[in-house]
Amino acid sequence: MTAVTADQTAQAGAGRPEGADEALEATFDAAVAADERIEPRDWMPDAYRASLVRQMAQHAHSEIIGMQPEANWISRAPSLRRKAILMAKVQDEAGHGLYLYSAAETLGTGREELLDKLHAGRQRYSSIFNYPTLTWADVGAIGWLVDGAAITNQVPLCRCSYGPYARAMVRICKEESFHQRQGYELLLTLSRGTPAQHEMAQDAVNRWWWPSLMMFGPPDDASAHSAQSMTWKIKRHSNDELRQRFVDICVPQAEALGLTLPDPDLRWNEERGQHDFGAIDWQEFQEVLKGNGPCNEQRLAQRRRAHEEGSWVRDAAVAYAEKHTAVRNGEATA
Amino acid sequence: MTAALALGDDALVLSHRLGEWAGHAPVLEEEVALANIALDLLGQARVLLSLVGDEDELAYLREERAFRNVQLVEQPNGDFAHTIARQLYFSTYQRLLYEQLAAGESPFAGLAAKAVKEVAYHQDHAEHWTLRLGDGTAESHERMQRGVDALWRFTGELFQPVEGVEIDWQSLNSGWLESVTAVLQQATLIVPAGPQSGAWTAGAGRQGIHTEPFGRMIAEMQHLHRSHPGASW
Repeated sequence: MTAVTADQTAQAGAGRPEGADEALEATFDAAVAADERIEPRDWMPDAYRASLVRQMAQHAHSEIIGMQPEANWISRAPSLRRKAILMAKVQDEAGHGLYLYSAAETLGTGREELLDKLHAGRQRYSSIFNYPTLTWADVGAIGWLVDGAAITNQVPLCRCSYGPYARAMVRICKEESFHQRQGYELLLTLSRGTPAQHEMAQDAVNRWWWPSLMMFGPPDDASAHSAQSMTWKIKRHSNDELRQRFVDICVPQAEALGLTLPDPDLRWNEERGQHDFGAIDWQEFQEVLKGNGPCNEQRLAQRRRAHEEGSWVRDAAVAYAEKHTAVRNGEATA
Repeated sequence: MTAALALGDDALVLSHRLGEWAGHAPVLEEEVALANIALDLLGQARVLLSLVGDEDELAYLREERAFRNVQLVEQPNGDFAHTIARQLYFSTYQRLLYEQLAAGESPFAGLAAKAVKEVAYHQDHAEHWTLRLGDGTAESHERMQRGVDALWRFTGELFQPVEGVEIDWQSLNSGWLESVTAVLQQATLIVPAGPQSGAWTAGAGRQGIHTEPFGRMIAEMQHLHRSHPGASW
C-alpha cells in the first residue's frame, strides 16, 4: 500500500485525511485474515462491496429464475405426495430469493434495483436454469444434480467473510440438502420403477449432467473473479476443486441409483485418489451465458411479464398503505 | 363418503389453480403466500380423499363428471384480483364451514380443527388483498370489482347442503354474506346485486356438472399419471 500515490489517495479518500483509507483497509485486511466476519456497518473496500453485490444478486436471481423449470411440472406432478413436495420446494426457492435480496440490501442496494438489472439482462443468474424440463424425471435430476452442485458450492459460503451472506447461506443450505435428498429419492423410485420410468430417469441424467458441472463456473485459469474472491474469503475453494469434489460425490450415488453418467472418460484415478472426467464443452457454456441457451429468452420473458403484469398490484399496495397511514396520522394529530 | 369427496375435491382443485401461479406472482412475497395456501389445501385434500380411498386413484383416475367440487374453485385464475376474489369467497366459506365442523362430532371434527387454523390465515390474506386492491388505485379498484362481480354467481352453490355434512347451512349462508359484505364495503367495492347462482351453477359441481375450463385443467393434471398405468411415483 505504500506505493499508492498522493493523487490516488485523494481520489479514493474523498475528503478524508490522507492515510485514512490505508488504516481502514489494514483493519479490514486484518479482520479477514483473522476469519472475523465483516458486518454491514464496517468499512469495506469498494471492490469488495461491488463483488459481493454482484455475487449475491446473481445468487438471488438464480433462486427466482430457478423456480420456473420446476414450476413447469407442478400442474403435472404424477402423485399428490410429489406435488406437495414440489410446491414446497418452489416456495422455498422464493423464500431463498427473499433472504438473499435482503442480505444484498445490507450493502446499500435495493431489491427493486437488482430486479431491474436482472430484467434488463445486466445481471446474471445461473446458466443451468436455461435448460428445459422435458419430463417428470427432470425434476428429480434437478434435485439430485443441480441442488447437489449448488450445495457443494454453497456450503463453503456459510463461512464467507461477509456476515449477512454467510448467515443466509446457513439457512439456505439446510433446505437445499433436504431438496437434494428428495430429488435423489424421486430418481431412485423411477430407476427402480417400470422400464419406461427407468429410461426417463436415465435420459434426464444424461441431459443434466454436463450442465450441472458447468455450474461451478469456468476453469480456474479462466475465472475472472476467483483469485480476488479467495483473498477476501468470499470464496474458499476454486471452481475446479469444487467441481472435482462434486464428481467424486456423484459417481457412487449414480451407481446406487442404478444410473450411468454420460461420460466415457469418467474413471477412478488411483494415483490422484479422485475421478478423471471428460472435457466440458466450454463453448456451449459461453453461448448459454451470452443468452443463447435453449430457454434464456423464455425465462427472462416470463420473469419480466410477471413483474410488468404485477405492477398494478404493487401500485395498489403502495397507494393503500399511503392512504391509510395518512388517515392514521391524521387521527393521531386530530 | 360423498361429503369427504366434496370437501376434498374443493381443496384439491383450488390447490391446483393456486399452483399455477408459481413463478408468475406480482411480488415475491406472494409467490410464497400463494404456494403456502396451495400446500395447505393440498394437505387437506389428501386427508379427505384418503378417507374415501386411494388419494392418487381418486385424483388422477376419475373423469371430469365424477369430481364433486364446487364450480367456484375450478374457475381459471384470471388476473390477481380475480384470484383474490375467488380466495375471499372460498376461504370465508371454508372457515365458517370448518368452524362448525370443528365444534361438532362428525368424522370431520379433527381435520376441521386443524384446518380451520390454516383457513383463518387464508381468509386474512384474501381480506387484506381485497382491501388493498379495492381501496388502492383506480385500476386496482376496477379490477377487483370485476373479479368480485364475475365470480358472484358461483357463490350460491357453496350453501347447497352436502350429504353427510351435518351443520347449519342456513347460518353458514348468512354468516358468509355478512362477512363478505363487510369486507367488500370496507374495500369501497359494491356488493354484487345479481343472483348468487346462475341456472347452471346451483349445486351443479356437487353433482359432477362442471364448467368447460375444468376438463382441460384435469387433462393436464392427470396426463402423466394416466400415461403410466400401475406405476409408482
